[in-house]
Amino acid sequence: MSSRLGGFLPAVPALLLLFFFFLFPVVRMLGYSVEGGSFEWYAKALGEGLYLQVFWNTFEIALFVTAICLLLGYPLGFLLATTTPFWATLGFIFVLLPLWTSVLVRTYAWMVLLGRNGVFNRLLVQSGLIADPLPLLNNFTGVLIGMVHVLLPYMVLPIYGAVRRVDPALISAAQGLGASNARIFRRVYLPLTLPGIFAGAVIVFVLSLGFYITPALLGGGRVIMVAVMIEQQVHQTLNWPFAAALSASLLVVTFAVYAAAQRFTRSATEA
Amino acid sequence: MAANEAKRSADLKVEGLQKRFGDVVALDGVSLDITSGELLTILGPSGSGKTTLLKVVAGFEKPDAGEVRIDGTDITALPPAKRDIGMVFQNYALFPHLTVRANVAFPLEMRNVARVEIDRRVGETLQLVELAGYDQRLPKQLSGGQQQRVALARAIVFNPRLLLLDEPFGALDRKLRETMQLEVRRLQRRLGLTTIFITHDQEEALVLSDRVAVMNKGRIQQVATTTEIYERPANDFVADFVGESNIFHGTVTEPGVISLEGGRRLLVNSTARTVGQRLGVLMRPERFSRGTNVFAGEVKEAVYLGVSFKLRIACDDGLELIVRQPARGELPAPGTRMSVSIDPGDIHVF
Repeated sequence: MSSRLGGFLPAVPALLLLFFFFLFPVVRMLGYSVEGGSFEWYAKALGEGLYLQVFWNTFEIALFVTAICLLLGYPLGFLLATTTPFWATLGFIFVLLPLWTSVLVRTYAWMVLLGRNGVFNRLLVQSGLIADPLPLLNNFTGVLIGMVHVLLPYMVLPIYGAVRRVDPALISAAQGLGASNARIFRRVYLPLTLPGIFAGAVIVFVLSLGFYITPALLGGGRVIMVAVMIEQQVHQTLNWPFAAALSASLLVVTFAVYAAAQRFTRSATEA
Repeated sequence: MAANEAKRSADLKVEGLQKRFGDVVALDGVSLDITSGELLTILGPSGSGKTTLLKVVAGFEKPDAGEVRIDGTDITALPPAKRDIGMVFQNYALFPHLTVRANVAFPLEMRNVARVEIDRRVGETLQLVELAGYDQRLPKQLSGGQQQRVALARAIVFNPRLLLLDEPFGALDRKLRETMQLEVRRLQRRLGLTTIFITHDQEEALVLSDRVAVMNKGRIQQVATTTEIYERPANDFVADFVGESNIFHGTVTEPGVISLEGGRRLLVNSTARTVGQRLGVLMRPERFSRGTNVFAGEVKEAVYLGVSFKLRIACDDGLELIVRQPARGELPAPGTRMSVSIDPGDIHVF
């Protein structure tokens, strides 16, 4: 008993921190959302078309971001896991760079690149590939590009780990048994890295749901995600109870997604 | 099915194989001939190049020089998937996400065999390795021996031209290993499958093989039948690596007599050896019983091994001998004086 307690002690500072700065504020916020014992703000958040639309937008963006991250991240993670250490290190620096850069710097850099007179559009127009600049900023596309950029590492890392865990002898065995590269991928790599894919997809999706700065800046006010809407309620309309109700709803949805994914992952890896 | 497989089983010829990894020479001119239906063991210590040789045959490594031929066809440039060679890996390399059935069906699916035919052959092969009824299990739900059988089934189900086994029993305990050795031998005979078996365990090599190729430092030291390897090793390395041995060197002083370094004269049976020739002499510890070569000395160490006593004897003429005697009576205490003798016919000269 005493040894169990002793093992628990070093974690106390972190637990206190979590309690006072995380759990307590969340509970306070939940309190705000049902101020006066009424659920009217929840009814408003989940009942009015405008707000439901924002929730739906958020889901749509998160889904797109997850899908694009997966399409880009799997080949990248696979490559990093199978290449020589030199190229793997170099690749990792580039993959992780966005995580080491300030959100604002990163996002403004994208604005410079993606704007009507930005680097991309000028290159494309000057090279004669297109006549008019592409709308890459202040819209859905811009938000996707910015979010994929910063969330890609969260997809690449678990996939990299999963590919690294595949025993090379299994690949040799598959080759020796007559499998082509395409079939080795489909029958061996893919099923064995599925847990990594799920893990990456869940992290990216869940993080996407709460994104704020990137959609706020690259969306130019035209792409509203839940977090952006919450900020507006707090700062512009000063409607704290409604902001709290929106936050709580987002929290519940996020938990639900996470739990569903966990169950799905477990049944998929056990099968 | 058996007849079908015997027909497809091939002979293998390996010629002048060279392979370097940086400064390490893994294969230094290896040539081998394996006839159809034969089980050849490649025996050697770790780092002798035996695994590299197997990888070159299977196609996982490209040799720097030399060729691999199956039934006369050069397959050196062929990728592993096109070689039609069944292989059992050291740690089985079973697909952990596939059931026993799916593991065994894998090579057939890769060959686009019809569903019905796959079911039939998987069923037959699982029966052959005595795993009928286990088809829906996952590899992790099986014991080591059972996993081994699945690996074996997967390697033979597609009627390969050649079967390669890379130290397959290393992870099994002694009893199970012996059972599996006999089982592999039985299966291999029954299917008439040309087989290369890799091991560092000389006992395993003696149990299993038609012939043994002893490898060291990237070279084949000797290829011969098991008795030949044990009784008439070609050099010091083979004599020392296979079985226990007393090895000495000396010079022929007159026909049938060798003077060892240190002066001891030995009567040997080998005919017409040139006087002045330097030779190696091998005396197996269990061959000391009676004979014209008598060694008197003092027991330095005595170990009881159940079947036999193992004695280290320091002889008066300066030689040190390892001798095995049937375990009868008292174990001689260290310091005991005793004499042992060996017949010239039991001394191998090389």
